[in-house]
Parts: sequence; structure tokens; C-alpha cells
Amino acid sequence: MSLLKNSKPAAYIAAFVFLVASIVVGVSVGSVQVPFFVSAEIIGRTALGLDFPSHLDTTFVNIIKEIRLPRVLLAVLVGAGLAIAGAAFQGLLKNPLADPYTLGVSSGSSLGAVTVLFLGLSIPGLGRFTLPAVSVLFGMITLLLLLGFVKAIERSLSTETIILAGIIFSSFLGSLISLMIALTGDELRQIISWIMGSVAMRGWEYVGLILPFFIVGCLILLWNAKELNALVFGEETAKTLGVNTKVRRMAILAAASIITGSAVAVSGTIGFVGLVIPHLTRLIWGPDHRHLLPLSMLIGGGFLALTDLLARTIIAPTELPIGVITAVAGAPVFGLLLFQQRRLTRQIGKRR
Amino acid sequence: MLLNVHQLTAGYGGEAVIKDISLAVKEHEIFGIIGPNGSGKSTLLKCMYRGLPAESGAIEVEGRPLSAFSNKELAKRIAVLPQHTETTFSYTARQVVELGRYPHQGGWFNNAKAEDKRIVDEAMQETKVEAFADLPMETLSGGEKQRVLLARALAQEPQILLLDEPTNHLDISHQMNLLNTLREWTSSKKITVVAILHDLNMAAMFCDRLMLLHEGQDTGTGKPGAVLKKDKIEQVYSASVQRKSHPAVPSPLITLTPEPGPGMDEAAIDRMEVERSADLVKITSGDYWKTFSSSIIGEGFGWHKVFVNRHVALDYNIDDARQEYIDYMKQKKIDPDEAVGMMTAARLENGRDTRRTIEGADVWVMATAGVSNALDASRAYEQHVPMEIGTINIWIFIDGRLPEAAFAQVMMTATEAKTRALLDRDIKDVVSGTMATGTSTDSLMVAATQKGMHHPYGGTATVLGRHVAKAVYDSVYNALEK
Repeated sequence: MSLLKNSKPAAYIAAFVFLVASIVVGVSVGSVQVPFFVSAEIIGRTALGLDFPSHLDTTFVNIIKEIRLPRVLLAVLVGAGLAIAGAAFQGLLKNPLADPYTLGVSSGSSLGAVTVLFLGLSIPGLGRFTLPAVSVLFGMITLLLLLGFVKAIERSLSTETIILAGIIFSSFLGSLISLMIALTGDELRQIISWIMGSVAMRGWEYVGLILPFFIVGCLILLWNAKELNALVFGEETAKTLGVNTKVRRMAILAAASIITGSAVAVSGTIGFVGLVIPHLTRLIWGPDHRHLLPLSMLIGGGFLALTDLLARTIIAPTELPIGVITAVAGAPVFGLLLFQQRRLTRQIGKRR
Repeated sequence: MLLNVHQLTAGYGGEAVIKDISLAVKEHEIFGIIGPNGSGKSTLLKCMYRGLPAESGAIEVEGRPLSAFSNKELAKRIAVLPQHTETTFSYTARQVVELGRYPHQGGWFNNAKAEDKRIVDEAMQETKVEAFADLPMETLSGGEKQRVLLARALAQEPQILLLDEPTNHLDISHQMNLLNTLREWTSSKKITVVAILHDLNMAAMFCDRLMLLHEGQDTGTGKPGAVLKKDKIEQVYSASVQRKSHPAVPSPLITLTPEPGPGMDEAAIDRMEVERSADLVKITSGDYWKTFSSSIIGEGFGWHKVFVNRHVALDYNIDDARQEYIDYMKQKKIDPDEAVGMMTAARLENGRDTRRTIEGADVWVMATAGVSNALDASRAYEQHVPMEIGTINIWIFIDGRLPEAAFAQVMMTATEAKTRALLDRDIKDVVSGTMATGTSTDSLMVAATQKGMHHPYGGTATVLGRHVAKAVYDSVYNALEK
């Protein structure tokens, strides 16, 4: 355990193994069981673009290639994205309770996505990318409004005020979504399942939809890892350490919103992944963002792949929305973190 | 000049907190900014690291305007030690210090990893934080945290170090350590320091120059001795202070004086109790007297309320007479910290006292005189007589307020009067046969209530001096009557 904790290569190997194992398991388990080695081979051949030899069962190949692999990969991308976005939000806002969901960014993106989906919008030139683009835009606007609102309340951007404002924004945006759904009068069950978050029945198209946003967002965040370390000590300190805070802050906020928005666009709102995964990663491997960000990605991706597996198998043949499972597990953890956070603040207050 | 500030005005929300400040910080000096709360010290410092924009005026570093630097360029030149730091996540001390290398690092790839590590290690050694390099910041004490942040600042390899009340929350030994380290760095690392300091005496001791701010304005910049004038400090801080010299180093020492207590005590001399026995004369006062004396116990300047003249045998010869005297006092239930103690081989019952209460001066002199070792000061260099305890001991009590210079003048006056008494008693130097000017072991104490009448001088031209001289002369003359 101490080797896992203290050696950086060991940390990456462990996280990577976890991710790969989760993918393989996620792909293998289901109504049709595929042996692990067979699915590993199929995944490997798909990834490398190789032909499938005749000894592989074509049913397996089709199930994995066309149904399970895109689904699992989508879960991995969404999980990795939400985790890295959460880690970035937490560092930037010096707030261990921040994540795309608690900040209301997810709700903002949802509103954007619902608007596109149910009004059937398509922005010329963007085509099918209208959905993630509008989602991202709505998420970013929500975030800027939120931060402006909190700053108007108090300059210090305290943890609790941000979260409180996030809840207000979430509720308001949530009710707007409900209103829109009520007015459209479409088939409710499908919409609700989408809102609660799901990676079911999306296919390769959705993987392609999120991928460019995911790559751009993650690259921007990884490029700002050192700056996040400095920003944790406050904007003024970061500035005196040489960080171009204005540019970096905006870049980080934009990148985290891009990732969140695109994730919401393809999978709905999946809460608490961005909160719990970075927290767990930080607990094991420390708060240095140069490692926290990539490790959170690996762990978050694997985590959501496994969660999705649980969502579709726990009461099979019925599928649970994946967001329900993350919320059931995440909300109590959120409460625990809040509890710890308050106790810590009080202790520091006492010491001063 | 390394850092220039020209007619800087700055503040918050259009309201100027500092007005028209100009200063020039030289290389390798420690420049202190002092002033009461709300005088604009932090605002000025903030402007220097570009944490606050100037409303008018300009700041230059190395002759370039502050605005011409990128954040990284500026961070290579100026490091800031904040008053306190927030740590939301548990970074280790080393991770915090590593942040100091940020301005020296490129974007994606860092090609100077070994160099960074060396500088971080050095900085941590310099501030003695290697021992807790891998501990989380929040587990460290205030002083340790401060040292970690100082190491971070050092890792920036800056030319200028800005500090906002660096000694806040530190105990006095940590304060001294920090300031000593800074002073050392000004020469060993060619660093220039600009610091806001609360403690005027620390500022005076460690800064080459000071700026005293008052309501956002510069009331004077210069050497500590020139800036820390009693009148100016009293006006700026609206408090009554005294200024003295530091006992060990050439630096002014500012001390607060509380408001005087209610009701001035009258006739302090009359209320003193005198206790006499064969081996001891003890005078006890209810109040403390400010004393200046050459005695064994309670020597130099001090505040005392018990005055002891102790008779010892002629053959009294103890190596550590001071310790022996302290033991003696404790045995007599006298607190040595509150007492002035002299000793003599002369018979105490031959001691004489004189009180003079004229022209507003109230002076009381007690003297005991033994002249077996009388000598002529001008011929003392010829003699090799062993120290004997003959001794003329003189106590001068003055009900009045005297500056320290007046204490010294009273001493001179008293010495002259004593010599004249010896002359008139025809006391001779036992070796040379010339007229004696005193004995080889005389002791003198001047004590004043520091209340009531003010006596600015104590020379023989003054009322106080004249009466002290007469009282001393009479007491010594009479004491020599056998």
C-alpha cells in the first residue's frame, strides 16, 4: 500500500490497471456473458483496427463491438471527464465540495441539451455537434452567472456560499427543464431516464460526439496543473508566484465547462462522480494537481464503467439510470465531506 | 535604485488609502514600513507586488515600470511572504516550497528538474524546514508554516522580498530568528527586503531605513534613529512613549508609558521607613524610586523600593560578593530585585543624613564614611594597595522628576561635594600623603520619585544641584566626625 501511495509510477500503473480491468469487465458482463479473455482480445483488435479471426464467435464480436464497447467507452469518457472537471473546480475554487453537479453547471448544460433535443434545434455549420456545443455554452454561462452571483454576496467565495448558490441554480434550472418537458408533453419516461443520466443505447456516434470536447478540455486542464497548485493558495498568492491568474482562471473554468457540457450532452446529469473521485484520489495520492488530474481521470473512467455495469445488471432486465446509482452513493459521501469540512473550519477558527 | 515609488496614490473603491508616497529602496537594504493600524502599510506593499493598481504615480523595478513585467518576470524579482496562508488541501511542506520554482519553469516540459530540486533543497535548509518536508502544512505550527512560506519565497530566487508583518503570531525567539535570517540574506543572497513591521523596536534594530506612515502619508523616511522621534511617535500613535537607547546595540528603544495613576503621592521622603541595626541600615518605601547607582545590588538604572547599607567586617573577602549579598538579603526577607544594596566596613551608627526642603526641591542624603583606604584620585595610578572596604556610601533621594541626564549631573555634583568634605576634614591619601579625593571603593546612588517637580538638570547651577551639593557635603562632613 505504501508503495502504491508514494511511488508515482506505481500510482499510474495501479490506476491504469483499474481502468483497463473495469473496461474488460464492463464489456464482458451482461445478459450474454463473454469470457474475459475473449472480450479483451476483441477490444484489443477493435482498438488496433485488426480483423477478427474465425475462432472468435461473431455474436460476441457484434455484441461487444456494436453495443457494449461504445457504451462502456462512453461511460469511461463521461466518468473521466466529470472527475477531471471536478478536480479542477475544487482546486480553482479552493473548495473540496465543488463539482460540476453541486455547482449547477450540469443543470445548466442539461437545460441546453433539453432545449436542443426537444425543440429539435440544429445550428447551421455545427450539425450534430449542436447538442454538445449548446450544452457547453449553457454550462459555461451558468458557471459565470453563479460565480458573479457569489462574488456579489461576498468577495471571499467561501465554500458554503458557492455550494448554496449552486443548489439554488440547480433547482431553478431543474424546474425550467421540467417546465419545458411538461409543455412539450413528449414521452416522459424516456426524458426522465435521460435527465437522470444514462449511457445506454448511445452507440459510437455519441462517443464521437464527446471525444473532441473531452480531448480539448483535458489537454487544457493538464496544461494548467501547476497553476492549479498555485491557485489553491489563493488568487493573490498565485499571482505573486508568477501565475497569469486572469488567463489561467478563465482557461480552467472554460475547459471544465467544456468537458462537463459535452458529458451532459451525451449522458444527462450524472452527479457526484466529480466530487467523490477527485476526493478519493487526493486521499490516496495527495493534492498535487500534476498527478491528481490524470489519476482522477483514470479512476473516474473505470468507476463509471463499473457503475454502468451495476446499473444494467442489478435489477436486470430492467436498467436503472446510472445517475441514480451515483446519487445514491454520492449524496451520503457529499454529506460526510460537508461534515468534515465544517469541523475542520471550526477547528482552524478555534486555533486562531 | 532597485525599487522606486513615485508619488503613489492608491486605495479601494476610489478612496485613496495612501497619498503621494515616494520612496526608493536601495539594493541589499532592509526597508521597514511602520505606522498605526489603517495607516496604509499593507496597501503600499500591495501596490509594490501589483496586488493593487495605482490610482496615480508609478512604481519601477530596476528602472522599468511595474506594468511592463509579466507575472512570471515579476515573480523572479519580487517574492511576497503573506501574513497567513489558506491551505484547503493537504499539501506537504515540500510541495509548497516547490511552487516557488514556478516562475522559472517552462510550460509543458520542465528541463531543469535537477536544478529546481537543488534550489528547493537549499531553500528548505536555509529556513530549517527539511525535517518536516513531507508533513502536511496544516499539521505545522504557525512558526513552522511561516518558515515554509519563507522557503517558498526563497525558491523564487528573488531580488526583493516583501513581507507583511512577518513576525505576527510568532513568539519572540522566532521573531528574532526570522529577522536575523533576513538580515543575513541581505548580504549572503544579495536580497533586498521591504517589510511591514508592527514592533517599533524590532523595526529599529533590523531595518536600515524606516518609513513612518500616518493616515496614508509619509511622515518621514530615514535611519531608525531619525524616524523614531519621541514627539513624532506620540503624535502618530496617539500614545505616550519614552525613547531610550538599546542597552546592547546602537538602536533606539521605544517604550510605552501608561497614563499616570490617580492622585500624585505627596511627600514621598516623609513616608519612608528607616530601620537601623548594627549591621544594617534599611530604608523601605511604599513606592518604587527610579535609581541610578554604582552599588553591588540594583546597579545601573532601575526601579527599587528597598535600600540597604550593610556593615561588613574589615576582613570581608568573598569572591562572589554579589551572590553572597543576594543570599544575605533573602535571609533578611528582602527581595533582591526590589533593592539597592551597598556595603561598607564603616560603622553604620556614624552615618549622617541631611534633608533639604527649600525652593521646591526636596532632597534627602544619607552617608556613611570610612576612610581607611582614602586616596587621591590623581595619584591612584602609583598605588598598588589591595582593595579594602573603607568606603563612603552616599544615597541621594529626590522627590521630583529627573531625566536621565540629570541623574548623571547629580552624580557629578555629589562627587564634587564629597571631595570637598574630605578636603575640609583634612583626609589624606595614606600612601602618597596628598589630599584624598575619596576612597577606593566609594559608592553612590541617586533615587528619584519621578513624580511632582520637574528638574531638567542636576548641575550646581540649578536649585536641585545646589541643594544636593550642600546636603552631600554636610552628610559626609558630619559622618567623618569621630
